[in-house]
Amino acid sequence: MPSDAKSFKVVGHSVAKVDAYGMACGREQYVADYDTRDSLIGYIVPSPHAHARIKRIDASKARAMAGVHTVLTWEDLPRNIHTTAGQGFVEPSPYDSYILDNKVRFVGDRVALIAAETREIAEAAGKALEIEWEVLPAVLDADKAMDPGAPVIHDEPEAHATIPVPYDPSKNMAAAVAMGVGDMEEVLRKSHLSYSQTYSTHYAQHCPIEPHVCLGYLDPRDRLVLVSSTQVPFHARRITAQALGIPVRQVRVVKPRIGGGFGAKQEVLLEQMVGALVLKSRRKILLQLTRAEEFVSRTRHPIKTTMDGGFNADGTVNGMRMKVLSNTGAYGSHALTVMSNCGSKVLPLYRMTTVAFDGKAVYTNLPVGGAYRGYGATQSAFAMEVFLDEVAEKLKIDPLELRRRNHIQPGESSPVFAALGEGKPGVEQRIGSSGMAECLERGAKAINWVEKRGKPGNGPIKRGIGMCALMQGSSIPEIDMASVAMKMNDDGSFNLNAGATDLGTGSDTVLAQIAAEVLGVETEDMVVVSSDTDLTPFDVGAYASSTTYLSGEAARKAALDVAMQIREVAADMFNELERVEPRPDPAKLVLKEKRVFEPGGKSFTLAQVALRSLYERDQHQIAATASAISHKSPPPFSAHFAEVEVDTETGQVKVKKYVAAIDCGTAINPKLAEGQVEGAVVNGLSYVLTEEYLFDENGRMRNPNFADYKLFGVPDMPEMVTIMVPTYEESGPYGAKSVSEICINGPGPAISNAIYDAVGVRMRDMPFTAEKVLAAIKAKRG
Amino acid sequence: MRFSTKINGQAREVDCAPNATLLEVLRSLGYTSVKQGCDREGMCGACTVLLDGEAILSCMTPAPRAAGREITSVEALGSPSAPHPIQKAFVEAGAVQCGFCTPGMILATKSLLDRVPAPSDQQIGDALSGNLCRCTGYVKIVEAVKNAAQAIAPGAVQAKESAHAK
Repeated sequence: MPSDAKSFKVVGHSVAKVDAYGMACGREQYVADYDTRDSLIGYIVPSPHAHARIKRIDASKARAMAGVHTVLTWEDLPRNIHTTAGQGFVEPSPYDSYILDNKVRFVGDRVALIAAETREIAEAAGKALEIEWEVLPAVLDADKAMDPGAPVIHDEPEAHATIPVPYDPSKNMAAAVAMGVGDMEEVLRKSHLSYSQTYSTHYAQHCPIEPHVCLGYLDPRDRLVLVSSTQVPFHARRITAQALGIPVRQVRVVKPRIGGGFGAKQEVLLEQMVGALVLKSRRKILLQLTRAEEFVSRTRHPIKTTMDGGFNADGTVNGMRMKVLSNTGAYGSHALTVMSNCGSKVLPLYRMTTVAFDGKAVYTNLPVGGAYRGYGATQSAFAMEVFLDEVAEKLKIDPLELRRRNHIQPGESSPVFAALGEGKPGVEQRIGSSGMAECLERGAKAINWVEKRGKPGNGPIKRGIGMCALMQGSSIPEIDMASVAMKMNDDGSFNLNAGATDLGTGSDTVLAQIAAEVLGVETEDMVVVSSDTDLTPFDVGAYASSTTYLSGEAARKAALDVAMQIREVAADMFNELERVEPRPDPAKLVLKEKRVFEPGGKSFTLAQVALRSLYERDQHQIAATASAISHKSPPPFSAHFAEVEVDTETGQVKVKKYVAAIDCGTAINPKLAEGQVEGAVVNGLSYVLTEEYLFDENGRMRNPNFADYKLFGVPDMPEMVTIMVPTYEESGPYGAKSVSEICINGPGPAISNAIYDAVGVRMRDMPFTAEKVLAAIKAKRG
Repeated sequence: MRFSTKINGQAREVDCAPNATLLEVLRSLGYTSVKQGCDREGMCGACTVLLDGEAILSCMTPAPRAAGREITSVEALGSPSAPHPIQKAFVEAGAVQCGFCTPGMILATKSLLDRVPAPSDQQIGDALSGNLCRCTGYVKIVEAVKNAAQAIAPGAVQAKESAHAK
C-alpha cells in the first residue's frame, strides 16, 4: 500500500451520497415521475403460448376501439434482427430477436404493441386481436433441449451469431465454449482422491422495486427521446436505432434516477418498443411493466454444473473440470457470456496446472435469462464451493484449511484468465492485490469457526456453520471503456458529466469523490450529471463490476487533466500578480483545500483561477474529457461464513448469523461499499432460501407476485457482520477494485455447507426450501 | 366523485373516479414520492403514506377514504436543506441506495417512532415488515431507524437502554 493511502482527504471517507437527500425527501425524479399527463399508455400484448406461430393476425377490431391510438403487429414493423442484451458492439449474444415476430417462444413473449388512453383499454384491445395460432410443441426441460427431434425454437433463417463462436439454433444450442490445459483424464486417474458431483441452480428475478419503465416522445426536431430506467444508456441508444432502422443521431436516451437494476436493466427491453409506438403514434408513450410482467422480463439463467477434480491427500488441487449446462430460455441474451463467466470468475480462485471448462447454453420455451448480479459466478461458485466442502470432508481436512492451501496468491496467475474471455480469448493477468488470506482469517474469527463447527446439538433444532471463498472481476479487460467530461465553473466548482450509470449504487458519488481527491476539493464541489447520450460522454454502462474501477479511473484522468490546466493558469497568476520569479513550474504547484499553492507558500483560491480563466486573461474554458480502458480485471476476494439452525421436524432453515469479509481494494466510500456487500448478501439469502419460480405444465409462471415469490424482508434478517479488508490495487483509481457483485455468490454455498454441518445432508439443488430439506433429512434417516 | 381532504398541510378538493386508489390520486396531483412497486396488491410498501399520522398502503386505499382526513407524504417531512431527523438518519447511515423504497420506509419509520419513541428490534421489524428493499440488505435501514429514535427522543432511548441493562 502506498504511504499516502491513509492520507486521502475525500477518498476512503463515507460522505453522503450526492442524491441521497433528494431521495429521502422525495424530490428525485424516476422515469414515471416525469410529466406524463399527456402520455398514452404503452402495452405489450403477452403470448398465452410457450411456443406458437402466428398464422394470421387481424388488429382491425382492436384499432377501432375508443381510446386505442396505435396497434402494431409484426406485419407493421421492420424485420431488423438484433439482440436485446445491452452489451458492447459487436455483441457476443446471438442476434435472435425482432421487435415483434410471427412466432412466440415463451409464455409472456411479445405478440403486439398497443398505445391507448389507459392500461385497461390497452388490455381490452389486446384481447380484441384476432389471432390464428399454430401451437407448437414446447421445450420445457433444458436437459432435453438438444435431444434429436426436439422442437426447434429459433428456426428463423436470420438468427446468427455475430462473432465466430459455436451457435447452432437448429439444435437449440445458443452458445458453447470449451477450454483445457493439461491432461485432465490423467489427473483424475492418478490423484489420491478424484471426485465428481453435480449441482443445480434455479430461476430468479432481480426484483428491482421499480420495474422496467420507459417514457418516449419526439422532441421539437422530431428526434426520438427515451427517458429510460436503464443501466446502459449508450447501448440502448445504439440497439434502439438498429431495431427501428433509424440513425443513432435520431435517438437520445436519458437516464434519470433508477429504482434498482441488478442486471435486469442491462437489457434493452422496452426502448425499441416505445420507440416503435412513438414513431407510429407521434405521441408521448409511457410503458411500465407490471410486477407480473417484470417476473417474465429477464431472469437469472438456471444452470446445472458438474465438477470433477483430482486432489492429493494434503488437499492440493491437481486439476479440476467444470461442465455447465445453462438454460437461456427463449432468447440467447447473455447466454455465451454468463456461461463463460461460470468458469472465468470461479476456476482461477484456486491454484492448479490442469484445468478444463466446457459449457453449453440451450434455448428452451421458458423465461429468458439475462445479466443478473453475479453473472454466472453465482451459479458456479455454488457448485465449486459445495464441491470443495465435500472434498475436504473426504480428505478429512478442515474446509477452511483446504481454501488456505489452494487459493491464488498475489503474483500468481491462472491459465483460465488467458483462455476464457467474453466471446473471445481472455486476457492473461497476474493477481496484484489480494486480501483473501485475511478475509478467511477474520471471517473465521467472527463466526467462531473453530469453536462452533461440528456441534449440531441434541434437540430437534440443529445448528451448523459453513463457509465459502469467492472472487469476481472488475470490468471486462480490453473491451470496456468509460469516459468522463469535466469543466470548471466561476466559483471553483466543477461539472462532472459521466456516461457511467448510477442505478442506486452511488457511483455518481464515488466518481465525485475520486475527482475531488485529485483537485483538492470536497465532494460537494462536484456537480454530477449521469447519464444522457446527448450530454455525457460514452460509457459502456453499469455492468461487469466496472464502474468504480473503470469509470472511476476516467474521472481520475479527467481531473488530473483539469488540475494541470489549473496549475498553468495559476503559474501565470503567481508570476504576474504575486511577482514570483521566475514563473513557477506548474508541475510543482499543489492543489489542496480548494486553493492552489506555490512552493513558497503563496496561494490563490480555485475561484480566483476560474474567474481569471473565464473573464480576465487568455480566456478559455478549463475542461477535459478522459477515457479509460482496462487491461486487466483485478478480482475482489471474499470469504463468507453462515451459521444456521435447521428444524429437523419441519426442514425449516433459519440463518442466525452471516459474516462477509471482503477485499475490494480501497473502498472509495466505505459505507456505500458495505451497502453493496449487505445488499448482495441479502439478495443471495433470499435467492437460496425463499425465492422460487413455479411453472405449470405449459411453461407459465404460476407465482409472479410478491405474495407467492417471497423476498427477504426486515424480519427475516440474520445478524449480519461485514468486514472490509483493505488492500491496494495498483491498477485501480486510488487502489480500488469492484464490490458490487461478488457477495451475492456466497449464501448458496455457505448455507448449503452449514446445513450439512447441522444435519448431514448435502443440498446440491437450490433453493433450500423447508420441503426439500425435510425430504433430504428423511431420505438420510432411511 | 368529489371530496375535501388535507395533503401535506394544504386543504385540497379532489375529484376522482369512485374506485380510484389514493396512490393514483396522489401521483396525479404531483406527489410523485409515492411509488408503485407491485401490482396494487399491498406487497412492497413503496406507496406508504400517513393517513392521520398512521402508515397506510395508498395502493390498497380507496381515495375517498381520505375525505375529511389528513394525508402526509415524504415531501412534507423536510427538504434537502432542512431535512427531518428521520431523513437525515437515513442519509447518514447509508440507508438510501436507489431511493425507490425510501419514502415508504421513512414514513413507516415516522409512524412507528410517533407511537414508540424507543422501539425494540422486534418492533422495528414488525413496523417495516411490509416495506421491501432490494438494494441495502436492510442493515443500514434498521440502523437509521435506531439513530433517528436517538435523535428525536434521546431520553426515551436512554431510559429503555438503562432498563434493559438492569
